[in-house]
Amino acid sequence: MLELKNISYAAEDKDGTKEILNDISLTVSERFVAVTGPNGGGKSTLARIIAGIIKPTSGRILFDGEDITELGITERARRGISFAFQQPVRFKGIRVYDLLQLASGRKLTVGEACDYLSRVGMCARDYVNREVNASLSGGELKRIEIATILARGTRLSIFDEPEAGIDLWSFSNLIAVFEKMYEEINGSILIISHQERILEIADKIVVIANGQISDQGPKDEILPKLMGSTGSCGRLAAV
Amino acid sequence: MALDQIQKALLAEIADLHGVPEGAYNIRSDGKLAGRNTTANIDIVTKEDKPGIDIFIKPGTKNESVHIPVIIEQSGLKDLVYNDFHVGEDCDVTIIAGCGINNCGNQDSQHDGIHTFYVGKNAKLKYVEKHYADGDGSGERIMNPTTVIYLEEGANMEMDTTQIKGIDSTKRVTEAKLASGASLVIREKLMTHGKQTSESEIVVDLDGDDSSTNIVSRGVARDTSRQVLLLKINGNARCYGHSECDNIVMDNSYVQAIPEITANSVEASLVHEAAIGKIAGEQITKLMTLGLTEAEAEEQIVAGFLK
Repeated sequence: MLELKNISYAAEDKDGTKEILNDISLTVSERFVAVTGPNGGGKSTLARIIAGIIKPTSGRILFDGEDITELGITERARRGISFAFQQPVRFKGIRVYDLLQLASGRKLTVGEACDYLSRVGMCARDYVNREVNASLSGGELKRIEIATILARGTRLSIFDEPEAGIDLWSFSNLIAVFEKMYEEINGSILIISHQERILEIADKIVVIANGQISDQGPKDEILPKLMGSTGSCGRLAAV
Repeated sequence: MALDQIQKALLAEIADLHGVPEGAYNIRSDGKLAGRNTTANIDIVTKEDKPGIDIFIKPGTKNESVHIPVIIEQSGLKDLVYNDFHVGEDCDVTIIAGCGINNCGNQDSQHDGIHTFYVGKNAKLKYVEKHYADGDGSGERIMNPTTVIYLEEGANMEMDTTQIKGIDSTKRVTEAKLASGASLVIREKLMTHGKQTSESEIVVDLDGDDSSTNIVSRGVARDTSRQVLLLKINGNARCYGHSECDNIVMDNSYVQAIPEITANSVEASLVHEAAIGKIAGEQITKLMTLGLTEAEAEEQIVAGFLK
């Protein structure tokens, strides 16, 4: 279980100090929690704070009762937090297979690696020995990124806009991946998303706007309110 | 022939050999011949006018290999050797060379290998070269390989050259001349650390119509090491040339990459790409989110880059 207590974050820019997150308190104990809200509202910053990539200005983070606020990225990863980047990183010379193996933390058979790729809708044979480099498309990288999270199998998996950069054809596969993950996961998924179909899977929806939680509650309660302001193509434009 | 433990370890590093190789080979140890085998199609003859060997591969020889490793254990030895490879027409062969130095003494050990390849018409050659050194003596481990390549019409050569560890100073020169329809691929991998210095100069003359080359150089410089790299392609006919050098700089190292392309014919098409930079911070962050420490992440990124 993840608990955020009074998390605030301010960043310095040329105009002085800018407040990105202001006093966020949140508990993630459900299986699937979706965080949504307008762009620039602080969602990605919150995800990066949980993963340990950035340190909050104030507030505490508890994971399974342990205060992890002062722990670095590696320690948090080892305690069971995974983070799928919104823009996956490319590596020259590191193969998809290598990355999955690093993610799982053990020696994988090619069959096991292929299984993770199949679960994100990739024809494993075509990809397992490809390098995670610029020859892969944005959508392919995105799915590989999700496969690394599956390979980790940790108690908390954070996804930062998994739908961003994925084409429409891949999108329905992506929804299926998350639906399946919902059934199989032994921990919690925290997902940042603007997509109605992803929010529909969630147990709880948290809305972040202007660095604060503007609303949160069970999906059945929050989603209808958001749908009132739905834009085209199921994207919640003006949350 | 019997090999001692150090010889075996060096052979494993430079040629992936675990004992005496199969097929044709010539092993040179501390400046002397330590073992040789020839086959029906591959002859190896000691030069009479200077140190070194001539390797003759009969036209049409297919799927055979030649190993010519050099190992040096004697501190203070300066070894100069000329090896000429005569690859007949229509051959399809692999040549594996390499030099390993184990210098535990306080004098410099040096190996200067000058390899010249005469590759006949329509022959296909894969040449693999690996340089490695170890030993805890204060003497320097120095290697200056020179490779000269002549590709006749339609010949095709792939050259993989690797220098990963332990060599204090290297000056590497590769020169190639390509006739019509010939193609040459060079893949160079280099890692320097400590106070090492490395200079590499690759010059390819595309003399014949429809000749082509692709040169890919990847280097990692750590600590206070220095790497200078010159990649030069001269397009003298209707030809295609591409060079790419990609370097990671770490710590307080220095890397200079000098790509140069010259078109002496309006039909020449030449491209170069060069990039130098430190490891991207987000690459390290990503691997840390998988549970690696910063140092482990760096190691994986470098190992992948040089793979």
